[in-house]
Amino acid sequence: MEFLVASAIGTMTAGGVYLLLRLRTFPVILGLALLSYAVNVFLFSSGRLAIDMSPILSKYGEATYTDPLPQALVLTAIVISFGMTAVLVMISLGAFLESDTDRIDIDPTDTDEDAAK
Amino acid sequence: MSHWIILPVVLPALLAPIIGFMMRHDIVLARVTSMVGSVLLLAISMVLIAMAMDGTTHIYRLGDWPAPFGIVLVLDRLSALMILLTAVLALMVLLHAMATGWDNRGRHFHALFQFQLMGICGAFLTGDIFNLFVFFEILLIASYGLMIHSGGRERMRAGLQYVVMNLAGSTLFLFALGTLYASTGTLNIADLAAKISDIPADEAGLVRVAAMLLMIVFAVKAALFPVQFWLPATYSNAPAPVAALFAIMTKVGAYAILRVHTVVFGPGVAGTEGMIDAWLFPAAIVTIALGAFGVLGARRLMPLISFSVIGSMGTLLVAVAVFSPVATTAALYYMIHSTFAAACLFLIADLVVSRRNSDSLTPSAATVQNGLFAAIFFASVIAMAGMPPLSGFLGKLLVLDALRGPDVIVWAWTAILAGSLLTIVGFARAGSALFWKSTAIDAPASEAGHTTAPAHATPAEVTPVMLALAALVGLSIFAGPVASYLEQTSAQLFDRSGYISAVLAPVEER
Repeated sequence: MEFLVASAIGTMTAGGVYLLLRLRTFPVILGLALLSYAVNVFLFSSGRLAIDMSPILSKYGEATYTDPLPQALVLTAIVISFGMTAVLVMISLGAFLESDTDRIDIDPTDTDEDAAK
Repeated sequence: MSHWIILPVVLPALLAPIIGFMMRHDIVLARVTSMVGSVLLLAISMVLIAMAMDGTTHIYRLGDWPAPFGIVLVLDRLSALMILLTAVLALMVLLHAMATGWDNRGRHFHALFQFQLMGICGAFLTGDIFNLFVFFEILLIASYGLMIHSGGRERMRAGLQYVVMNLAGSTLFLFALGTLYASTGTLNIADLAAKISDIPADEAGLVRVAAMLLMIVFAVKAALFPVQFWLPATYSNAPAPVAALFAIMTKVGAYAILRVHTVVFGPGVAGTEGMIDAWLFPAAIVTIALGAFGVLGARRLMPLISFSVIGSMGTLLVAVAVFSPVATTAALYYMIHSTFAAACLFLIADLVVSRRNSDSLTPSAATVQNGLFAAIFFASVIAMAGMPPLSGFLGKLLVLDALRGPDVIVWAWTAILAGSLLTIVGFARAGSALFWKSTAIDAPASEAGHTTAPAHATPAEVTPVMLALAALVGLSIFAGPVASYLEQTSAQLFDRSGYISAVLAPVEER
């Protein structure tokens, strides 16, 4: 299972980085979403991988438990990255409507024309 | 346990939604509320400075849970100083935004402004590294809104780049936190410091990875080479008051490096000994050079100032990279100075650019009040470039004096001195093109009064930049008392065991 989780994180990160380096906004948004999935799974596994264990200490018996803190961290990270993705979509939509292009790089000639006017 | 410590976070957090939801159609009411909030924040920061002055490290336990389990806020001299700096800067920026009407050119300026203050103050106060991430996100999400305030084609595109850059940075931050938690099992800064110093050097591989990742994340915020490239496009396209407020944002990165890489991975920790400074120092040197060449090569006023901000961050981080109390004292003095100097430049640039209708550095007919603007610009440049008599000179002198170690002196002195020279040349060129040569050009023949002359700056518009200049003058006049406070600050910062025992103290003791 360690191999599966590790390779899943690696694949998602690689895909995320590749998409992040694209020039159009849509792949970049997808890339950031993939990266945030990768980091969520990574955070989850930072408390060691455990199956069929509750994240709560049981006072009845010797039941083993899994670390609850990474689960709380992941929850926070999911909420934040979800909100951030929404903001990113809105801003890229705004940039597209303003400039009629979804390129993410700024052409230096544009800025010079802007300065000249 | 004093509740004053959490007020800099709670006050803006309460005001922002009130302004955002209830006053969004009434700019006067929003202005008054925002102003009252900023003045109150200044008062709170004064109280916090007075509390921190006695040298104890104050702890605020949220929910009264003891330290490694609950979240703590930590107030020491350094965080009190940073909060005061934020509050003073916020007041100036707010005055400027109101006087020039920037806050009315889009929606929700004041709500976002308060959220931004909440994030910055929280980042300075928190004693938990995951909370640092959360406050970073709060200040970033507010800054996204402020950055694209009032819209426009170039601004939206630059804003998009800024958001993507910072989201990638946040992801990296989470990776670093996961690595750190996996290897130590805690995210409380004091607890981390205690646990990491127990890890022997040959088992600290993961910790080193985490330290380096955190370094990169903070470097993105502090605009350190090689992740500085977002700053010129962002600052020069942001509304000028927002750019002036962002002067504190780069300092959040520098503060985080100071706090985390001194207390957690600091000098004397076997696992990460000598690793951070080996990377930070050359990067900071290159940053100074980049800033200087950028100032020299810029063809527009706003990018020029942005590059001078990069250069000043380089100077600041060169001093931080030595990780010694003396150099940190110098770095802190320079940090206060460069915050106000950058704010000064952005505010005066806004007054000039809005009257010239262009920020290109080409001579054009002189606009109104050429002499006044030229004088203010000249004074701000003297401060930024580090010429006497303003505090930039003292700051650079302190930094140079602190960097006299045999292995750093050649690089550091060459970079800082040559960088200052190039900065002076670049600014002199800009100033003469903007103010001096323009007096030789006749105003375009106004065809029977078609072109209306731009309005004179009202006293309210000039006041904020004058306040920032006054802060710089005050910083140089009271350099002695300020430096002695900063000396105690860095002594407290490097007293790692004092920090650890204060934060992890049993609850019964209070």
